[in-house]
Amino acid sequence: MSAVSGALPGAISPGRPDPHRLGHGSGHGHGATGHGEGGPASKFVTVAYGFWIFLLSDIIMFSAFFAAYAVLAKEIAGGPAGRDLFELPRVAIQTGLLLTSSFTCGLGSLASHRRDMVWTQIWLLVTGILGAAFLILEVQEFAGMIEEGAGPSRSAFLSAFFALVGCHGLHVGMGLLWLGTMIAQLWVKGFRADILRRLQCFNLFWHALDIIWIAIFTLVYLLGASP
Amino acid sequence: MSDRDHRPEEFSDLDDSAPGEERINEQELAGGLLGYALGFGLAILLTLASFVAAQSGVIYQPAIISALVVLAIAQMGVHLVFFIHLTTGPDNTNNVLALAFGVFIVVLVVLGSVWIMTHLNHNMMPMNGIQMQ
Repeated sequence: MSAVSGALPGAISPGRPDPHRLGHGSGHGHGATGHGEGGPASKFVTVAYGFWIFLLSDIIMFSAFFAAYAVLAKEIAGGPAGRDLFELPRVAIQTGLLLTSSFTCGLGSLASHRRDMVWTQIWLLVTGILGAAFLILEVQEFAGMIEEGAGPSRSAFLSAFFALVGCHGLHVGMGLLWLGTMIAQLWVKGFRADILRRLQCFNLFWHALDIIWIAIFTLVYLLGASP
Repeated sequence: MSDRDHRPEEFSDLDDSAPGEERINEQELAGGLLGYALGFGLAILLTLASFVAAQSGVIYQPAIISALVVLAIAQMGVHLVFFIHLTTGPDNTNNVLALAFGVFIVVLVVLGSVWIMTHLNHNMMPMNGIQMQ
C-alpha cells in the first residue's frame, strides 16, 4: 500500500496533517464528521450559525423588496425617474464609506482575536463613524428628494425605492445602536466568551449589510441612473 | 495535536466553523490581515468597474445590465470569501448549505416576480392596442 501511495506524484506530504482529519473520525468524539456521535457543536458555533440563519432570512426579506422595486421601477406616474433624482457622486461616497467600514470591522475582529482591547475599540469606533457618515448622506438624500416633491407617495417607483433603500438604512441604524452597545459591553466586561459571541454576530451583521448595499447601488442607483 | 491545544477556546471545535470565524489565519490566502486587505482591494476594483461600466460608453448599451449583475455577484463572492471566511472545507458544509438555500429562495422570489410581471404586462398589451385602433 505504502509503495503505491508513495509513487503518486500528488501525494499529500506527511509533514502537514490534514486539519479536518478526513476519514479519521471527528474532532470532538469518535464518530465520523456529521454523525453526531461527538455531541453538539460548541456554543460559539451554534450561536453564530443561528445568527447566520437569521441573516439569510433577512436577505430573503430584502429580496421581496428588490422584487417589488424591479417590478415597479418603470412606474413613475409622470413624476421624476431615477436618472433625474440619483446623484452618483453621493452614491460612490456612500459605497466607499460602507465598504471601508466593513474592512475596519474585520480589522476589529482580528484585534479581538489578539485580545487587544485598545485596537478592537479603535476599529469598532472607526466602523461606527463610517457607518454614521453613510447614514447621514442617505438621510440628506431622502430629505432632498422629499423637498423636491419626490417623496414616497409620488409614484409606485418612489414608494418601492424608499421602502427598499430605507429598509437598508434602518438596518444600518440598528447596527449602529448595536455597535455602541458592543463598545460599552466590551469596555465594561472585557473579552468574555459571551461578549465574543455577540461581537462575532455583529461582525456578520455588518458584512451582510454591505453585501445588500452592493445589490442596491448596482441595481437601483447605477442601473437607474444609466441612460 | 499540538496546534489544537494552542488555539483560543472558540477554536476548540474542529468539526464545525462558525460563520465568519477567523479560523484560517495561518496558511490560507483569505485569512488574517492579508485576507482582509486583499478582499478590500478586490472589492474596490469591482466597485470602480461597476461605476465605469454603468457611466462610460465602454460597454454595449443593452449589455450593461448583465455586466452590472456579474460584477455585483463577483463582489458578493469576494465579501463572502475574504470577509465572512466562507470556505468549501468540511467544517463549513452547514454554512454553505444554508447560504445555498437562501440564494435559491432569493433567486426564486426576484426572478419569479420579474418573469411573471413581464408576462402579465405582455398579455395586457391588446387592451392598449384596441384603444389605439
